[in-house]
Amino acid sequence: MLSEDLLVEKHIDAHKATPGGLLPLLHSIQDDIGYIPEHSYKLISKALNISVAEVHGVVSFYHHFITTPPGQHVLHICRAESCQAMGSTELEAHAKTVLNVEYHQTTKDGAISMEPVYCLGNCALSPAVMLDEKVYGRVSKARLDALLTSSRKPK
Amino acid sequence: MSTRLYIPRDSSALSLGADEIAAAIQAHAGTTVDIVRNGSRGMYWLEPMIEVVTAKGRIAYGPVAPEDIKGLFDNDFLNGGEHPLRLGVTDELPWLKKQERLTFSRVGITDPVSVSDYVAHEGYRGLCKALELAPAAIVQEVTDSGLRGRGGAAFPTGIKWKTVLGCTAQQKYIVCNADEGDSGTYSDRMIMEGDPLVLIEGMTIAGLAVGADQGYIYLRSEYPDALVVLNEAIKNAYAAGYLGDDILGSGHRFHLEVRRAAGAYICGEETSLLESLEGKRGVIRFKPPLPAIEGLFGKPTVVNNVISLATVPIILDKGAAFYRDYGMGRSRGTLPIQLAGNIKYCGLVEKAFGITLRELLYDYGGGSASGRPIRAVQVGGPLGAYLPESQFDTPLDYEKFSEIWAVLGHGGIVAFDDTVDMARMARYAFEFCAIESCGKCTPCRIGSTRGVEVMDKIIAGTQPEKNAKLVRDLSDTMLNGSLCALGGMTPYPVLSAINHFPEDFGLQQHELAA
Ligand SMILES: Cc1cc2nc3c(=O)[nH]c(=O)nc-3n(C[C@H](O)[C@H](O)[C@H](O)COP(=O)(O)O)c2cc1C
Ligand code: SF4
Ligand code: FES
Repeated sequence: MLSEDLLVEKHIDAHKATPGGLLPLLHSIQDDIGYIPEHSYKLISKALNISVAEVHGVVSFYHHFITTPPGQHVLHICRAESCQAMGSTELEAHAKTVLNVEYHQTTKDGAISMEPVYCLGNCALSPAVMLDEKVYGRVSKARLDALLTSSRKPK
Repeated sequence: MSTRLYIPRDSSALSLGADEIAAAIQAHAGTTVDIVRNGSRGMYWLEPMIEVVTAKGRIAYGPVAPEDIKGLFDNDFLNGGEHPLRLGVTDELPWLKKQERLTFSRVGITDPVSVSDYVAHEGYRGLCKALELAPAAIVQEVTDSGLRGRGGAAFPTGIKWKTVLGCTAQQKYIVCNADEGDSGTYSDRMIMEGDPLVLIEGMTIAGLAVGADQGYIYLRSEYPDALVVLNEAIKNAYAAGYLGDDILGSGHRFHLEVRRAAGAYICGEETSLLESLEGKRGVIRFKPPLPAIEGLFGKPTVVNNVISLATVPIILDKGAAFYRDYGMGRSRGTLPIQLAGNIKYCGLVEKAFGITLRELLYDYGGGSASGRPIRAVQVGGPLGAYLPESQFDTPLDYEKFSEIWAVLGHGGIVAFDDTVDMARMARYAFEFCAIESCGKCTPCRIGSTRGVEVMDKIIAGTQPEKNAKLVRDLSDTMLNGSLCALGGMTPYPVLSAINHFPEDFGLQQHELAA
């Protein structure tokens, strides 16, 4: 906890003078730690002079921010129309089966979290997924399996 | 001398392995090649597409897979050699040649982050013109061009700028809406990854025009690659004196910063976007006051879409009349159209307004990717209507589309073949609205969830007539009682699906259109 607080403090220092700095602050915390620890709300609220409830309200409003540690990798599956037109519904069902998780859950071994996403701007190559920060296009079930397997290999 | 190659860094090209191709070619050829990472030409079925600079021009090869690389070298592709993947001189490819690329004139051609390359390809000529004009004259030029906002609402850009120019305030802002949330759209992304300097130039001109010295680009968090390119381009523009306290020695200031969104569709709506930029929940603001008068931090603010702003430089450079001469009716200029979904040749088609859906779907798109008939097309994102075959001859024009109760939105076209179940698409429209609602008004917040429940009954075959009537009533309430277009336009996809495809809802005959 303590070391996390120190990290959070570092990000607060970097952003507290930024106009409208709460989102940039939350991004840098999540980029660094992987999620927004709820016990950091107090530190944030003090530094930005807003209530803890406001911090909570902002974090919970945005789909991107998460408050529990994700798996080692995050798989975003595009659920939007263009990808549906190219079979994303079956791809999503397949992913749920092979990973044995629902959206917003992490596999038992902690390797992969699955999240929905609504368009990756890769609609010319639907269906699309994003694994961590990398987008993939024309993702068949076999291609998804291969991606998941290679992401699980120890580096 | 080394041979120059172009291999896109566009994220769609990367999604098919462009980085791996670039690395393999580099490893194979070493210093004999000079690889430029450009934007995409927008022919996505050919990505990863590489171009080789030869005496005959740029020769394209694609789609290139890692296993093709040895063969390409064996066939001397560095000198434009024959190979099954050789496509010919890029600029002569009919798909590109038939287009009218104004906003996209440099995308895929230049090094996106090189200011000198940008200037060598007519970049920053618009800004140089603007620096010689009075603010009101810049605004007049944009007004005269007929440019209307490309983010969806199609409001005349010049009129918006005039309002901000007319406000007296110490601080004003230019905000670029780069939230591009609509499914089927990627033109903003292509500009930001392929020619970010044209957006930077457009925002700088906007700043000069209205008297704003600070700009923000509100970029969706789903675009990590665009973030990297934008920041590189901004850094280079500062270093070259095109951004900063004294732009090109003119005494004018303009500063620019990218802010990341956080995955909320509603934050593409301009007032919600401004709340988000202020560090708050993205809840819609009541209008008035207009953002132009009380926008970011309460100051007069121009909020414009990426494409609107990226179109300003060519208008200033070539003049309002040049741009206005393209198009039809009150839809002037060109629209970067994005083909998506079940289409064989997906990609970016920039054409003057007036081209028909049918030409886009078949002449450019080549029909469906699956080879089955195209049954429905959604134009304008998740809040756009579904159109049946009988409406494919509608020309792309804001007014013609509203006559058929449809919208052009941001120019995304998503095609579905005859395996689509339109009742499921209507259900999805409600579901999306429920997930993304900002929660401020009841018809949207509650109505969308009710809509999903009723659609579930219809899909299960329970009393379709009665439940379809419920969907219509609900849609009416949402249409009339929502504060913004998320709740107010979700009925477009829903009702158009029922009206044009009643058989998917278990309905016998066409009911009266809403
Ligand atoms: C729910 C909703 C989502 C929107 N999303 C976007 C978006 O992602 N990008 C965009 O440019 N405009 C979007 N808009 C339109 C903006 O509110 C606004 O009209 C636009 O940014 C103005 O710029 P323009 O005049 O250049 O189009 C959205 C509107 C609504 C109601
Ligand atoms: S219609 Fe929906 S998204 Fe728009 S203001 Fe109302 S609740 Fe918010
Ligand atoms: S709809 Fe899936 S990438 Fe756009």
